Amino acid sequence: MLIKKPDEIKSSELTDESVYKSRRRFLSAIAAATGLSIGGGYLLSGNAVGKPESNAKSDDARFADLPDGPYSTDEEVSEYSDVTTYNNFYELGTSKEAPARNAHQLITQPWSVTVSGECDKPGVYNLEDILDKQPLEDRIYRLRCVETWSAVIPWVGFSLADTLKRFQPNSKAKYVQFVTIHDPENLKTQNTRVLDWPYREGLRIDEAMHPLATLAVGMYGRILPNQNGAPLRLVVPWKYGFKSIKSIVAIHFTNEEPEATWNMLQPSEYGFYANVNPAVSHPRWSQSKERRLGEWLKRETLPFNGYAEQVAGLYSGMDLKKFF
Amino acid sequence: MTRSKLISHVVKPLLFAVCLIPLLLLGIIDLGANPIETLTHHTGDWALRFLLITLAVTPLQKLTGIGEIVRVRRMLGLYAFFYAVLHAGIYFVLDQGLDFRAVVADVIERPYITIGFAVFLSLIPLAATSTNAMMRRLGGRRWKRLHRIVYLSALGAVVHFLWLVKADLREPLIYLAILLLLLAFRTAPLLTRFRSAVFSPDH
Repeated sequence: MLIKKPDEIKSSELTDESVYKSRRRFLSAIAAATGLSIGGGYLLSGNAVGKPESNAKSDDARFADLPDGPYSTDEEVSEYSDVTTYNNFYELGTSKEAPARNAHQLITQPWSVTVSGECDKPGVYNLEDILDKQPLEDRIYRLRCVETWSAVIPWVGFSLADTLKRFQPNSKAKYVQFVTIHDPENLKTQNTRVLDWPYREGLRIDEAMHPLATLAVGMYGRILPNQNGAPLRLVVPWKYGFKSIKSIVAIHFTNEEPEATWNMLQPSEYGFYANVNPAVSHPRWSQSKERRLGEWLKRETLPFNGYAEQVAGLYSGMDLKKFF
Repeated sequence: MTRSKLISHVVKPLLFAVCLIPLLLLGIIDLGANPIETLTHHTGDWALRFLLITLAVTPLQKLTGIGEIVRVRRMLGLYAFFYAVLHAGIYFVLDQGLDFRAVVADVIERPYITIGFAVFLSLIPLAATSTNAMMRRLGGRRWKRLHRIVYLSALGAVVHFLWLVKADLREPLIYLAILLLLLAFRTAPLLTRFRSAVFSPDH
């Protein structure tokens, strides 16, 4: 008879202290919400700026005590206050601090996603329809920005593949494109020509179908703050952060490699694939090292952001120096 | 008190203290999620600003007619150098962790760092020859010629900023506009002289 010894419990099966802490924070937030009699689903909420404790109105019981998603890391998660005040979200301003400050410019309700292109179930889907039947998970992944900073973020999300399959992409769907909200009336930066709006990103269909590819609706056990891409964003942990498009309003299946904003702006600097690769130097930044938010010393950057074991097979036979 | 004494004994010491405020701010402001980046950007911003402020002294002197303003120029220039040293030091020590090879690779491979490094080097002889003794040793004309490097340094500093920015060029372009304005002040009299030399009926 085989008896499992206690020391065979994988560390990933144990609740990380920081996750525990974030769950505690979440529970206290719920308690505060109940006390203040502010109920309602999380979609009725506004943005969440600041510390989790300070914003109690925006959570939903669906976000509590979730199972860990595939390949979740047990590394120490980044501080919530760092991840919510240091953002690249040009729609809300081009400095790191601006998105948190201008978070109110993003109107997340009502929210729908237009699905089009090479699929059998195109249409306009309300966010609730997309979330329906999607079991939420705590997906704790590393995030590596092309600017050489990184973080570990406990996303609340679900499988991108499962979601895309519901739209029944056909055999011509070789790629999938995502589009961010375009609302220049409220999103002031969209009145400038800093980027070619709306923000667009794309994945090859096999990349999109990988179990690591995630659609996130929350993080740290609560809904996504606006500056982090509420109410629905992509998380592709083995690629540079700019691929993980925020505030998605459209999904388009296509036969050809779709347009991607940074790639259009400067193809020599930002490739379509944008896999984290310490061996391919960016004209502005050496990609060999990175600095975790909250840390002083840099650490080595790993190929595919440490997910090589899971995703390297997607690119076998490809020259990653050419298809960077 | 004469205007000259007022500048030497009141304005200059006061300005000396004011110029330290950006440094003191670093102890007060929230350095945010990426403190080393904040420190690097803050000191870099002020190095560039002091370069431009230094270049504004001569036009200001011409516009106001107060010749004594020039007495604060050296101090402002040395403050530009001071913040540039902090900027380069923070990059080398904190950002790169004294990794000499990584710094060399950065200087060679990344154009914005190449030019930033060149600007930093260009400021060293200017700071080194800023003493009265060095001015005398070089002689007025040679000293002046050497210190014209500062125009290139300022231009290089703006280009350093322009090349480092990913997409939103608005802020560095404001600095470029200010610099071009300050340079235009200097070329305007040159142009008049050139015009009168070429088109003057006396010749």
